[in-house]
Amino acid sequence: MSPRRKRRSAGAIAAAFKACAKERRSAFVPFLVAGDPSLEATPDLLRALVDGGADVIELGVAFSDPIADGPTIQRASHRALAAGSSLSAVLGVVERHREELGVPIVLFTYYNPVHARGVETFAAQAAGSGVDGVLCVDLPPDEGLRELQPALEERGVDSIYLIAATSTRERIDRAAAASKGFVYYTARSDVTGEREDLIPTLAREVKRVRRRVRLPVAVGFGISTPRQVEEVAKVAHGVVVGSALVRLVEENAGEPDLAARLERRVGELTEPLRG
Amino acid sequence: MKARTPLSAAALEPDEGGRYGVYGGRYAPETLMAPLEELSRAYDRLRRKRAFQRRLNHLLEHYVGRPTPLYFAERLTEHLGGARIYLKREDLLHTGAHKINNALGQVLLAKEMGKTRIIAETGAGQHGVATATAAALLGLDCVVYMGEEDMRRQRLNVYRMQLLGAEVAPVDAGSQTLKDAINEAFRDWVASFADTHYVLGTVTGPEPYPRMVRQFHSVIGSEARRQLRRLAGTPDPDVAVACVGGGSNAMGLFSAFLGQPDVLLVGVEAGGRGPELGDHAARFSGGTLGVLHGARTLVLQDEEGQVVGTHSVSAGLDYPAVGPEHVFLHEQGQIEFTSATDQEAIEGFHLLSATEGILPALESAHAIAEVTRRAPEMKPDQVILVNLSGRGDKDVESVLEYDAASGGDSASVRHSGSDPDAGDAE
Repeated sequence: MSPRRKRRSAGAIAAAFKACAKERRSAFVPFLVAGDPSLEATPDLLRALVDGGADVIELGVAFSDPIADGPTIQRASHRALAAGSSLSAVLGVVERHREELGVPIVLFTYYNPVHARGVETFAAQAAGSGVDGVLCVDLPPDEGLRELQPALEERGVDSIYLIAATSTRERIDRAAAASKGFVYYTARSDVTGEREDLIPTLAREVKRVRRRVRLPVAVGFGISTPRQVEEVAKVAHGVVVGSALVRLVEENAGEPDLAARLERRVGELTEPLRG
Repeated sequence: MKARTPLSAAALEPDEGGRYGVYGGRYAPETLMAPLEELSRAYDRLRRKRAFQRRLNHLLEHYVGRPTPLYFAERLTEHLGGARIYLKREDLLHTGAHKINNALGQVLLAKEMGKTRIIAETGAGQHGVATATAAALLGLDCVVYMGEEDMRRQRLNVYRMQLLGAEVAPVDAGSQTLKDAINEAFRDWVASFADTHYVLGTVTGPEPYPRMVRQFHSVIGSEARRQLRRLAGTPDPDVAVACVGGGSNAMGLFSAFLGQPDVLLVGVEAGGRGPELGDHAARFSGGTLGVLHGARTLVLQDEEGQVVGTHSVSAGLDYPAVGPEHVFLHEQGQIEFTSATDQEAIEGFHLLSATEGILPALESAHAIAEVTRRAPEMKPDQVILVNLSGRGDKDVESVLEYDAASGGDSASVRHSGSDPDAGDAE
C-alpha cells in the first residue's frame, strides 16, 4: 500500500468539527459495530451513514466482554464476532473504504484487542489504514497517556478520551489535555442504550465541561430521536447516536434495503442539524 | 528445595496506580474512575481506623468463626506416605468458605461509606452467599449476578442467597459463567455507584480491589503461621498450596509467607478437560498478557484479543484471568503455578472425603490433587500446608454427575490397592 495515497490528512477530525462550526451547526457522529450483521455489509452501512449526513463515524470494534455496553450493543458485538469480525477485520474495512467515505473514522474499542496486537503495531496499522482517531472505552488517560497515546501521536492518530458526569475537574482537565480532535462526554452514568428522556441537567453538565475544554465536545449515551438530537445540539459541538442505529441494523438485518433504511434514519436524525 | 529470593517490602505493595510491576492498574470506563478513587480513599481511611478494625474483628470472631482450626491430616499423610499435611480449615467458616472474610470486610466498608445497596458476582455461589449473608447482617439490599450455567451447577447456593434476602440475577450472556457475571456487575455499578458498592469477590479488578481483597483474606495466612508454630513446631511449612481461580484464598494464605524465602508457594489452577484452549482455566500455561475487568494480567484469549471460554468442573476456578499480583509474584519467582485436571480434582475430592471425613469444595480439591502428587516426593519431617478454602456440600451433585458420566467409578479410586486402610478393622 502506498502510504502517500492512504495517508489521511492529520487533523481531519478537527477539520470536520471546524467545518460544522462554520455552518453553525453541531456535528453528527453515528456509531455502528463493524461486522454487524456481517463484514460484507459494513461498507454499505458506513456509506449510508455518510449519505445520511454523518460528519465523523465512530466505528465499534466488537469485544467479547463489553462491560460498558447495554444489551443492544452487547448483542451487536456478539453478532459481529460470530460473523468473524475482529480488530484485524475492522482495520481492513477502514483501509479499503476510508478514502471513498470521505469522513473521519474514530475506532471505538475496548483496550484488550489493541493490547493483544501490541500498541506499536496497532498504531502503525491504524495510521496505515487511515484511522483518524482511537477511543478505548476502558483506557482512561491515567493509563492511556503512558501506554497508547505516544504511539498514536507519533503517527498522527488522534486519541479521544471520555469525560463522564462523575469526572472531577482534575479528570476533565486531564482528558481534555490528552485528547485531540474532540472529547466525548457521556451524558449518563450508565451503560450504552436508548433512553426516553435526556437527563434534565444535561445542558448544565455539558456547559460545565465546555468551560474547561477547548476542544469540541461531543455528547452521547442515550440519544435516539430527532428531538433529542435537536436538544443536545443546542449545547454540544457534536451529537453521538449509537444504540438507536445499532438497533435499526438488528431489526432490519435480513432486509435487502437495510442500508437504505439506515440512511433514511440518519437523514431524519440529522434533519434538526440542517436547520 | 530451592529458596526464593526474598522480596523487598516495597514490592509487596502496589504503587499508587495499583500496579504490581507492569500488572494490575485501573483500566475502567471513565464513569467508574471517580467512584474507584473514592473507594480507594475510603478503604485507606478505614483500614487504619481502630473502630473499624475492632468491629470487623469482633464479627470475624463471633459471627464468622475465626480463627479457623489448623488440622493435621494424619490419615491423608499416612495414605500418601511423605510430608506431613496440615489443612487450614476455611471450610469451617460461616457460609462454608473463605469468601466471607472479604465479603464482610467490604460490606462493612460499604456501610461506613453510606451505601445502601450491595452488588456482587458469583461463580460457585460461595462469594454470592457470603455477600448476601453480610448484607443481611448489616441490613443492606443485595443483588448477586450469576451465570445461568453456574446457577444450574449450583442451584442450592442460588436458593441459599434467596433465603438470605438477596436477588439472584441470572446472566445469560457469553459463557454464562463467572466472567459474564462480573461483566454484568460492572454494568450495574456504572449506573448505580451513587448508592451501591460492588463487592468484587477476588484479587482482580481495578485498583483498589486486588490489594483490598488480599488484605481482608490475609488473616488466613497470619493465623496459619501462628498455628503451625504451635502444632508443627515451625511457623513456616516447606510448601504451601492453594487453588487459584481469581486467586483470593491463595493470596490470603501466601501473603504471610512472602517474606519467608524457604517456603515454596504453589498455586493450582483448573486444568479442566485438557490443555486445549477453551478446555481449561490454566492462565499460567495457556494465557497471555491482556487487560480484563480493570486489570492488566494473564488472560486466556485468542490472537485478536477476544477472551475465550474456559472450562472447569469447579465453577469457582472457571475464569479466564487471574489476580495481577499472582502474575507479578510468579514473574519474581515467588509463586509456582501448576494445574490439576477435573479428573484429578474429583479424585482429590474422594480421597479427602474418605481418609479424613472432610468433603472439600471442588475448588479446594484442586489443591488436594497437588498435595497427592507432591507429598509422596517429600520427607516425613517436611510440612505441607494446604488452604482448604471451602467445603464441598455445594458440589455433591456435581461430583455425582461427574462420576455417573465417567462410569461412576471415581469413588472407587480410594478402594484401589494403595488404600492404606485395606485390612484395617475400624
